[in-house]
Amino acid sequence: MNQPASAYFLEERHDPNETHTLSVLVQNEPGVLARVIGLFSGRGYNIESLTVSETESQKHLSRITIVTTGTPMVIEQIKHQLDRMIPVYRVVDMTLTGRSIERELAMVKVRGTGDHRVEALRLADAFRARVIDATTESFVFEITGNTAKINQFIDLMRPLGLVEVSRTGVAAIGRGPEGM
Amino acid sequence: MKDKSHDPNQMTGAAMIVRALIDHGVQHLFGYPGGAVLPIYDEIFQQSEVEHILVRHEQGAGHAAEGYARSTGKPGVVLVTSGPGATNMVTALTDALMDSIPLVCITGQVPTHLIGNDAFQECDTVGITRPCTKHNWLVRNVNDLAKVLHEAFYVATSGRPGPVVVDVPKDVQFAVGTYHPPRKSDVHISYSPRVKGEAAQIRKAVALLASAKRPVIYSGGGVINSGPEASRLLREFAEVTGFPITSTLMGLGAYPASGKNWLGMLGMHGTYEANMTMHDCDVMLCVGARFDDRITGRIDAFSPGSKKIHIDIDPSSINKNIRVDVPIIGDAGNVLGDLLQVFKAEAKRPDIKAWWQQIAQWRARNSLSYRKNNDIILPQYAIQRLFELTRGKDTYITTEVGQHQMWAAQFYGFEEPHRWMTSGGLGTMGYGLPAAVGVQVAHPDSLVIDIAGDASVQMTIQEMSTAVQYELPIKIFILNNQYMGMVRQWQQLLHGNRLSHSYTEALPDFVKLAEAYGGVGLQVIKPADLDGAIKEMIAIKRPVLFDCRVAALENCFPMIPSGKAHNEMLLPEEATDEATATAFAGGKALV
Ligand SMILES: Cc1ncc(C[n+]2csc(CCOP(=O)(O)OP(=O)(O)O)c2C)c(N)n1
Ligand SMILES: [Mg+2]
Repeated sequence: MNQPASAYFLEERHDPNETHTLSVLVQNEPGVLARVIGLFSGRGYNIESLTVSETESQKHLSRITIVTTGTPMVIEQIKHQLDRMIPVYRVVDMTLTGRSIERELAMVKVRGTGDHRVEALRLADAFRARVIDATTESFVFEITGNTAKINQFIDLMRPLGLVEVSRTGVAAIGRGPEGM
Repeated sequence: MKDKSHDPNQMTGAAMIVRALIDHGVQHLFGYPGGAVLPIYDEIFQQSEVEHILVRHEQGAGHAAEGYARSTGKPGVVLVTSGPGATNMVTALTDALMDSIPLVCITGQVPTHLIGNDAFQECDTVGITRPCTKHNWLVRNVNDLAKVLHEAFYVATSGRPGPVVVDVPKDVQFAVGTYHPPRKSDVHISYSPRVKGEAAQIRKAVALLASAKRPVIYSGGGVINSGPEASRLLREFAEVTGFPITSTLMGLGAYPASGKNWLGMLGMHGTYEANMTMHDCDVMLCVGARFDDRITGRIDAFSPGSKKIHIDIDPSSINKNIRVDVPIIGDAGNVLGDLLQVFKAEAKRPDIKAWWQQIAQWRARNSLSYRKNNDIILPQYAIQRLFELTRGKDTYITTEVGQHQMWAAQFYGFEEPHRWMTSGGLGTMGYGLPAAVGVQVAHPDSLVIDIAGDASVQMTIQEMSTAVQYELPIKIFILNNQYMGMVRQWQQLLHGNRLSHSYTEALPDFVKLAEAYGGVGLQVIKPADLDGAIKEMIAIKRPVLFDCRVAALENCFPMIPSGKAHNEMLLPEEATDEATATAFAGGKALV
């Protein structure tokens, strides 16, 4: 054992990480988002993406979508830790159901003239991104899709004069007639 | 609008708070006043149903409420002011969260219109206490107050118990609104802890238990929290199956220390037989415990050959540190009842004679032995004498944190649940004295003893004053080694015996200190005087500080060294300087 002098067991385990998308239905009350975020920071879990909005205003329900990474044991922990919070109704692991649709919206600002400008427009068309603002030397594109598609689009825009990006983060929903 | 002036449910927020306490059967409240809770104190003054115990520091109120809760099974209730009152509660709240103790803490807050303005004695109480409570609320409208208070009691006491905070701005305390008695709809529908275990899982567990050749029961604080019936069922289960049983620090007393299946406590300072049984078992039944790092030692070498059944009311405790084979989510008592019923109906008690023979060999190593000494009092001996001389009495024990705590766990035999209050999860020095105050408030005629250390006791010594004021005859039994013994032990074993700041240069004269508070001080130096002094202490019906001078450099053994497994314990008779150095040798060179 080559660990420093301590009565704790200091070695970490290195199971491979997985990425999961969780949908969390919560009571929309003050502090609920702080609770969720505090749980992640306090216990050292990762947040890759987090989106939240009220989805049923009469019932005061909000839906939080969290994309997180961790070992399978950590992912299981995250779900249980979320589920035991008082204002949390349900936690669904969209990745495990294997039947979910995930979408993100991004607005991408590109500045350039001449060939770069033409190329940016051509690629935007191929990705079905819309032009939502234009000047003689810039565009703002709106693009929706899964995270990988958006990443790819942004990478392509980089050499063409990418200025800035604003992304919503991932929203997810299950396929088929049933709700969560 | 109809006239509400004669409606008895119309009242101020402050009156609602006292009314809700009464409706929840609260008889004692631990607190400390301040500007932001004066309306509530005014209501307390004008009634006699709830007795308020005035502590000397808010942390003391928190630990007193914990001791009260743990010794009665009822929630402990605390009232403190805004700002420093609330921040002084943070240690006690965290302590209660770690050890699953039901506390309802009401904090005053600055008036609603001043929140966010850095007003005098303002702090973000719900923000600060969010990570150290099971749930918390800021009540901005007096008409929400009754619902929140009732929900607070329900959340604190149901499922896995824990502390909650209700933060009430001063204007809400003054405002008049409508109160209602507790009702079901007060609780979030999103909160419904599972009590009953799944039948299919229980069947699986029984099949596994019946096939065991080398079984062990590993029980924890969850059994105590579930109530006396759970302990009774645990005892019956051990009896019916004939299985050996060990427990965590928090679970002591659920199974009697004199019981024939008892192995002693497990974990870092547990007995050799308990840890070896855990390591070599083939079926482990974990009830209401959570596989924490002081229990498991090295995770990847923890009980490698066993199938594990885990009963816990909190799904997040399952598969957190150790993968288990049969998880059962539910209340310890409820599931034990079902388990027992199915076992009796469908299973036969397996033959484990050979296993018990093996255990007897481990037990013969006598891992708690220590050499006798006629000149100085050894701390282990002091606890043994305290135990013998209080045996059969109606006794409650609390502790501080350190070596004395571990020796108390090893050498004081607990026969009943709810008799042992110690800070397990957080390890809070300063817990024991105020906890003893709380226990004594709940059990005025019982013998309440805080087994203390010379360093720990100074963290909350001011509560001696509370004990004197309320005539609470608590006994503070200090194992005075003049060191932060546990820190010194680690420095000796792990840091080359460089005793960095673990020695207290200027200990107070505890006898005079006791007298200054209006209590009684006793001091013992010679082993021959110990029994007489303990008897004298027991006979005194006033708060006592007992300065028991013990060997300064004694170490607490057995011990699982750094990054080692259960079967690599260091036993006292083997703990020569050389063996100790080898066992603890790590990356750093040890002297
Ligand atoms: C509030 C707090 N601060 C620091 C510690 C770290 N700590 C653990 S044991 C200990 C020494 C306790 O000394 P004492 O009360 O004399 O008990 P002993 O070990 O000597 O029996 C310390 C400082 C702690 N547990 N709690
Ligand atoms: Mg000491």
